[in-house]
Amino acid sequence: MPENTKQQDKNESLTRRRFLKSSGIALGGLAVGGALGSLIPFKEKTSVENVKSDKKTENYNLALMYFTQEQFRMVEAATERIFPADDNGPGAKELGVAYFIDHQLSGDWGFNSREYMQPPFFKGEKVQGYQGRIRRREIFDIGLRELQNYSLTKYKKNFIDLSDEEQDDVLTDFAEDKVNLTTISASGFFTMLRSGTLEGAYSDPLYSGNRNMEGWKMRNYPGSQMAYTDVIDKKFTVIPPVSLKDHLGH
Amino acid sequence: MAKKLPKVDVVIVGVGWAGGIIAAELTKQGLNCVGLERGKERKTEDYFMVHDELRYALRYEMMQDLSKETITFRGNEKIRALPMRQYGSFLLGDGLGGAGVHWNGQTYRFLPYDFEIRSKTIERYGEKKIPKDMTIQDWGITYDELEPYFDKFEKMAGISGEENPLGGKRSNPYPTPPMKTTPVLEKFKKAATNLKLHPYNRPSANLSEAYTNPDGVSRAACQYCAYCERFGCEYGAKADPVVTVLPVAKKTGKFEIRTHSNVRRVLKTGNKATGVLYVDTTTGEEIEQPADIVVLTSYVFNNVRLLLQSGIGRPYDPKTGTGVIGKNYAYQVQKGSATGFFEKEEFNTFAGAGSLGMVIDDYNGDNFDHSKLNFIHGGSIAISQTGLRPISNNKVPKGTPSWGKEFKENSIKYANRTLSVGGQGSSMPFKHHYLDLDPTYKDEFGDPLIRITYDFEEQDRQLAKYLNERCVEIMKEMGADQIDSMNELGPYDITTYQSTHNTGGVIMGADPNTSAVNNYMQMWDAENVFVIGATAFAHNGGYNPTGTVGALSYRAAEGILSYKQKGGILA
Ligand SMILES: Cc1cc2nc3c(=O)[nH]c(=O)nc-3n(C[C@H](O)[C@H](O)[C@H](O)COP(=O)(O)OP(=O)(O)OC[C@H]3O[C@@H](n4cnc5c(N)ncnc54)[C@H](O)[C@@H]3O)c2cc1C
Ligand code: SF4
Repeated sequence: MPENTKQQDKNESLTRRRFLKSSGIALGGLAVGGALGSLIPFKEKTSVENVKSDKKTENYNLALMYFTQEQFRMVEAATERIFPADDNGPGAKELGVAYFIDHQLSGDWGFNSREYMQPPFFKGEKVQGYQGRIRRREIFDIGLRELQNYSLTKYKKNFIDLSDEEQDDVLTDFAEDKVNLTTISASGFFTMLRSGTLEGAYSDPLYSGNRNMEGWKMRNYPGSQMAYTDVIDKKFTVIPPVSLKDHLGH
Repeated sequence: MAKKLPKVDVVIVGVGWAGGIIAAELTKQGLNCVGLERGKERKTEDYFMVHDELRYALRYEMMQDLSKETITFRGNEKIRALPMRQYGSFLLGDGLGGAGVHWNGQTYRFLPYDFEIRSKTIERYGEKKIPKDMTIQDWGITYDELEPYFDKFEKMAGISGEENPLGGKRSNPYPTPPMKTTPVLEKFKKAATNLKLHPYNRPSANLSEAYTNPDGVSRAACQYCAYCERFGCEYGAKADPVVTVLPVAKKTGKFEIRTHSNVRRVLKTGNKATGVLYVDTTTGEEIEQPADIVVLTSYVFNNVRLLLQSGIGRPYDPKTGTGVIGKNYAYQVQKGSATGFFEKEEFNTFAGAGSLGMVIDDYNGDNFDHSKLNFIHGGSIAISQTGLRPISNNKVPKGTPSWGKEFKENSIKYANRTLSVGGQGSSMPFKHHYLDLDPTYKDEFGDPLIRITYDFEEQDRQLAKYLNERCVEIMKEMGADQIDSMNELGPYDITTYQSTHNTGGVIMGADPNTSAVNNYMQMWDAENVFVIGATAFAHNGGYNPTGTVGALSYRAAEGILSYKQKGGILA
């Protein structure tokens, strides 16, 4: 077991034990339905130590659920311009943002399934919000195709073959609606790319972005800690991040 | 034909804070109650994986599924109302406990001024102070009359706090001491004190210490976990209906909760309701639940929608200003705020709790002179430390591009160096702000959606500007190196989150001509129907609403019990 994981495990159970102390509630004799029961991680019979051997765990999530390879490369390139690698740490590409967006498009978010999509559709005022009939996955299909067309028209090259500056230039034209699209809004597509980038950089690694919690580490964000009773009234404190995976106790 | 069930004493539509309080109070006195809740069952164990910003805060795990039902919105009557297809401005509760499960827990009492706003405004400034179309009216109850019910709500929930030096008189201190005064709060406190203002710790439903309430329910102390608003509390430390009033109601053996039960109509004969018609959403079956008393606690939008659809009460007519159902819809003026960037200091702003904050009321209600100002009322101003989660919090100083190299650098540099002071402005009702049934768009059952006609007015623009200036003064005193703030309020925009503080539509009052319910939340036009929630607010104050909703719920419970015995109109 790698050293830092061990450390995390220890931190975890410490925090949990500390909660039991600081909450002022002793185990047993508790009125609130199962509040404490829910905090004790469900431990598998075989502890992690036993299963762990020299075998390296593969990350089988690095595959695509929606994008074509061409779309995937474009999203990787575009999001890297939105959130580039720099001295602070990795950019969107290394964080897995394009995988994150791909995986999100294959589910509820991509289908707008928890949003009101009933007709009739009318063009509204800006303050009335999105009124299109097209769902996110189609917006990505169209947006990426148009991004490609625009690059080909303007620079005679595929988007991914453009220089950084040229890519920025193309993305700026989308962001500022200088590209005339008929079915979708160019800036609307760009906004979706941008918010998808931040989500992919900073959501729990469970969703395939924020690889190795590098997004969180860059900004000293501690991830999903159980409790902050120890630091809430202290000066700025750097705490190594934990992710949801750690809560399950493996 | 709908299946008809045996009659019960009381049927409660919607089981959030209002519904939960009613259930607990009535069953304790022996009434048989059925609670119909359209969403699912909830329990603390559900929140084992709750510290997930994407799932809960951005994909709205706990909120109403908009594909089934939403609202429509337009700024004014000349525009076609269109559906709110995606979430933005406010987030609707769904499931046991309603929005009370994923709220922050900031628990205020409205000011004495609020309840008598019209009389007190005229008394101090004359009738001319009130613009022509501003339809403020007194609530038909005073702060002093409501005080015991505030007290009851606070004790049940275990509110942690300290006395507000500029608030209404209290009969008792808060049941638990205030939450911790963190370095962030301390900074605000010092600045406000230097400016001769009156800071106090925000009253909080996140428990500062373990607490056992008068019903014998024990709960743990808040862990400042920073996943509070939009999330459920895995510790039971945040007061919510599921860990407070609902177990009490269940223990009586008199309360039956039916989840997945979506109420479509209140049934009636003459001037009285006979029960409700609902759909079991797991089977699609239509079921009739007869009851002696019908209580609507389905939040502002559905309280109004169910009445309009069922033909109960007089619908509001914005042309003449007559009628009451749908009248005085109001919201919150939330945008007067200041963001400060600190070069030399970092803060533990990744930590926090939904109600952790420090507040001043020097610019709220009529606590300051409005003679030379072009608005009435005001708002509370506060610093909040709710936990800055990383996807949603990427503030950069003005002039920084919104993406690319410089954006990344600055958003990371300032991730723990940004503090915000915000105003929570009151919202006055206007003749042309109201709720009615949308003529075009339907819910999953084919029933019309509720339609909001609402925009910000000059009152709101002036108020936002004023609060904004005050926030900037405080932020300066706090020593920020750069301060960014709002330039103009702009039109009301349904796409950006402001607050889930929608109010009005079934307002309370002393006069049946201008109000829909009396001060027991009993309908003037249907004496066995009680409509409870922020629907009863005749305007919205400069605070979050739920403390006042809670007090009104306890008041209503008392009314229902006495109606059950004596019958008739209670006030
Ligand atoms: C993110 C967030 C943070 C908030 N923070 C604060 C805060 O700090 N302080 C504060 O004072 N307020 C806050 N609020 C507002 C607060 O949550 C609400 O004021 C309060 O929960 C309202 O309680 P209620 O019982 O009136 O309605 P709800 O909690 O909305 O409950 C209504 C219930 O009725 C059900 N229902 C609706 N229609 C039907 C139907 N037709 N049939 C059956 N059931 C139905 C719903 O599913 C729901 O469960 C916040 C809200 C949100 C969303
Ligand atoms: S901040 Fe406190 S009250 Fe809120 S969810 Fe976390 S532990 Fe519960």
